Amino acid sequence: MPARRSADIKMKNQIPLILLACGSFNPITNMHMRLFELARDHLHQTGRYRVIKGIISPVSDNYRKKGLASAKHRIAMAQLAVETSDWLRVDPWESEQETWTETVKVLRYHYNESLGPLDFRKGLMRNNSPVQRATADSLSSQHTVLPQLKLLCGADILKTFKTPNLWKEEHIKEIVEKFGLVCISRAGCDPMQYINELELLRRFEHNIHLVREWIQNEISATQIRLALCKGLSVKYLIPDSVISYIKHHNIYTEESGQKNEGGLLQPLKQHNMSVNTLKD
Amino acid sequence: MENPDNRTEIVLVACGSFNPITNMHLRLFELAKDYLQETGKYKVIKGIISPVSDAYRKKGLISASHRVTMAKLATQSSDWVEVDDWESCQNEWSETLKVLRYHHQKCMSSNPTKSPQRTAPLTKPGRKRKREGNSHVPIKKDQQNPGTKSVPQIKLLCGSDIVESFGVPNLWKSEDITEIVADYGLVCINRPGYNVQKFIYESDILWEHRNNIHLVDEWITNDISSTKIRRALRRHLSIRYLVPDAVQAYIEKHDLYSPGSEDKNAEEILAPLQKHASSKQ
Repeated sequence: MPARRSADIKMKNQIPLILLACGSFNPITNMHMRLFELARDHLHQTGRYRVIKGIISPVSDNYRKKGLASAKHRIAMAQLAVETSDWLRVDPWESEQETWTETVKVLRYHYNESLGPLDFRKGLMRNNSPVQRATADSLSSQHTVLPQLKLLCGADILKTFKTPNLWKEEHIKEIVEKFGLVCISRAGCDPMQYINELELLRRFEHNIHLVREWIQNEISATQIRLALCKGLSVKYLIPDSVISYIKHHNIYTEESGQKNEGGLLQPLKQHNMSVNTLKD
Repeated sequence: MENPDNRTEIVLVACGSFNPITNMHLRLFELAKDYLQETGKYKVIKGIISPVSDAYRKKGLISASHRVTMAKLATQSSDWVEVDDWESCQNEWSETLKVLRYHHQKCMSSNPTKSPQRTAPLTKPGRKRKREGNSHVPIKKDQQNPGTKSVPQIKLLCGSDIVESFGVPNLWKSEDITEIVADYGLVCINRPGYNVQKFIYESDILWEHRNNIHLVDEWITNDISSTKIRRALRRHLSIRYLVPDAVQAYIEKHDLYSPGSEDKNAEEILAPLQKHASSKQ
């Protein structure tokens, strides 16, 4: 991690923070990874947080989105993409679940996972052995504060909270109240309007971090897939290793684009409604 | 090399500061190649990045050796785009037309028996220049007739900002613009905030040679300008995934682009402006 030459920050008082991004990652692009970098810079510059990890959680195949490549491939591609990163990782838990998992459940799962090492520390403290106590002490000096887990997303997600039957209201509340959002928006867009339109979001506005991307670089995964089908270049938009993987496994073709065609997006099916599918 | 399928071979040349090179610059080449090859009429065989010399005196321009090195790191993974340092090695700033002529000459030298591929006959007398360095080739105008399609065509690859800069007083010589669009051609990648079609319409010269100006749309909104990269670096913000990893690592290792580096040449006049203003006296 490059040394940050910003003002003095007392590490101990900073809240350790984990960023979680859910999505299709079909395929992962440079823009997805930019979101993490932008979020981390923003949170660090507040002086209150220290971002310790970024987790990419590709959705399971049961999401049934049109053109969704198999989870096995999407996970592999994301792993190739983060190989050179020292703080981003891919977690396959969500993709391994038998049914589609609501975002709030993914957040709960990863939050509990992050507490794991702390439970270990608590267990150590009960034991009087000096060696184990020393270990516990060193752990506690790293994390005097419980880590927070926040959902990283584009600001357009705020807009989708209003779509009928796409989100359960109690889930939205738990997400913004218990966890928090880091929303990246592009220059020229005003995400505040989405916050103002929903009372739940207004109430927990303090827990929604809005980050502006001034360097436009909107790489739509849909466009990437189309380009690949047409044999056009996507170099410098997604990592070279991901391009090689796609070519080697022949993942995005005209036929693959038709997968799940005519079917219903899983969260909508669960609520028995038909709505236009979300644009990627 | 024989060209059995009758498609015109193209070499794309991009001039610029590349201060630093970004993923957007690299995308220009990919987009241009896809566009030209999709027409079925062209085959893009090479891309050349030609960083400007330090003598350009642009504000914030760091040394050519760094800019060339970063461009080389950036193109390591490309099998067709390369960096040429001839322009950056010149003691004086070189007009873009000179750079195109140089590369045209270089193409011809590697195909001594073939005649040049040009879009129009040349009318200017030839000029000779001293040989510069081992790998550099003397510039001279050819006197051969345009003939068989065996030497590649050189085209200037650029963004809409360059085309619209044709309108900046004293930045370009009008005869240079004419020769560039008449004898070489432009491949211009559209950039947010510019309206090149309107600009072409409003210029008699560009309008006349509009068939030699290829406009390419960027299908993602890509505005990764070097200016923004330098700004991010001054503010200690991440530039990862906007420039190739090797370039980001190089910048970090050599601590390039500080507030101090942005002030370089602050009091200077841009070389073309100085040159054209003084030539009018």
